[in-house]
Amino acid sequence: MESTGTITVKRGLAQMLKGGVIMDVVTPEHAAIAQEAGAVAVMALERIPADIRAAGGVARMSAIELIRSIMDAVTIPVMAKVRIGHFAEAAVLQQLGVDYIDESEVLTPADDKYHIDKHSFTTPFVCGARDLGEALRRIAEGAAMIRSKGEAGSGNIVEAVRHMRAIGDGIRELSVAPKEELVARARDLGAPYEIVAEVAENGRLPVVLFCAGGVATPADAALMMQLGAEGIFVGSGIFKSKDPKRFARAIVDATTHYSDPSVVLQACRSLGGSEAMPGLDVRSLSERELLAPRGN
Amino acid sequence: MTTNVGVLALQGDVDEHIAALERAGAAAFAVKTPADLERAGALVIPGGESTAVMKLLERFGLKEPIVHRVAAGMPLWGTCMGMIVAARDVADLNQPTLGLIDITVRRNAFGRQNESAEVALPIAAVGAPPFPAVFIRAPWIERCGPNVELLAKRDGHGVMVRERNVLATSFHPELTSDRRVHRYFLAMVEQFAERVKGKSSTAA
Repeated sequence: MESTGTITVKRGLAQMLKGGVIMDVVTPEHAAIAQEAGAVAVMALERIPADIRAAGGVARMSAIELIRSIMDAVTIPVMAKVRIGHFAEAAVLQQLGVDYIDESEVLTPADDKYHIDKHSFTTPFVCGARDLGEALRRIAEGAAMIRSKGEAGSGNIVEAVRHMRAIGDGIRELSVAPKEELVARARDLGAPYEIVAEVAENGRLPVVLFCAGGVATPADAALMMQLGAEGIFVGSGIFKSKDPKRFARAIVDATTHYSDPSVVLQACRSLGGSEAMPGLDVRSLSERELLAPRGN
Repeated sequence: MTTNVGVLALQGDVDEHIAALERAGAAAFAVKTPADLERAGALVIPGGESTAVMKLLERFGLKEPIVHRVAAGMPLWGTCMGMIVAARDVADLNQPTLGLIDITVRRNAFGRQNESAEVALPIAAVGAPPFPAVFIRAPWIERCGPNVELLAKRDGHGVMVRERNVLATSFHPELTSDRRVHRYFLAMVEQFAERVKGKSSTAA
């Protein structure tokens, strides 16, 4: 008897990625650099978020040939993004055989009301969240992994910090709430009671929680791990830096030994004088330029 | 007997192994540095990504001490990634490993994530009923050396082996609530601790 696509194997792959760094890549060469630096997975994309932001227009699922060529270039898991609510793009990626699907606010949403029913897929999904309610709604829809949204392509860690703290605060509040409050808490969070009760009981999400959206330096990665992230997505931070190989390795080292300042110092030093990606003041962005509010 | 079981904590499902070992009655802790390793009487290499962890083992000076300790008799168990890291070599890939057990493994042999599966796996060494084995982008064992004992097979391919003080599984017992494989490893740990004690008392 064999069962594929179970909750255990979907959540399980994310558990195997814990403590690691997942890097956005746009070519097979990038993917090889990421793997060589010690990435635990890559996100195959046509454009990294900073370039999506600059290009404007409608951002869609990447070209299949590109994703396929990246799958052929590395032995680590390959993830790819679909638009929020676009279950037909997701069906294509499942058929292609990617290892994880990111239903992502970085692409232009296809549905402004509903997300994908992720339970109906064999391939696991990761989704972004800004707070606990959003995280639990995505888990209710079948997400097997959660990441903070942050503000992708900004090179600014402030939104990721806000989201990670909001998720952590929400969990801590639930874990001390008396049982009779949980139904009302579930109503306020906009999430099913069963999942709320599970979080209250265990003091953690039922799935792995990574940080995404704004990590640009080894110290950013160490900060987010100390705020409770179980691993790091780096989008533009590596291939928009002046020295991608060094940045990739330094961010991996700082993520592994996030609580040891001597290793994080060494990782920062290893960059020499190389500059991180340029950053954006998120407050200077208009409402329609912000990615994180997409999908709720 | 309380042997401290270390769980290699460079990356992967470390907390799951620590919790499972504790529920099986052992004292367990995370091993991130060579100093941590010195406190460990046995070591588990968890699930994770083998290319990443091999690089981190070298960068952070853990490769030599682990090879040295296992050669001196420290019990070791590798799950999935841990099996790849512990293997002699990897089929069709020029991937470095620690060479702690005389097997050749094939990575992602059962397929990519869509083929990851829960399987009822008969394992005579842990008794009936079949073990609820979780395979995630799992490797299989392509070749076993003469001193390697094959403990379980799935679809004709080796997925659990032991050679003296080294145990390796393609699947993840730490992701289920069945503690039989953890207890099997802890029995190995006890057996080797007795041996070491036996040796030192002879010396004394």
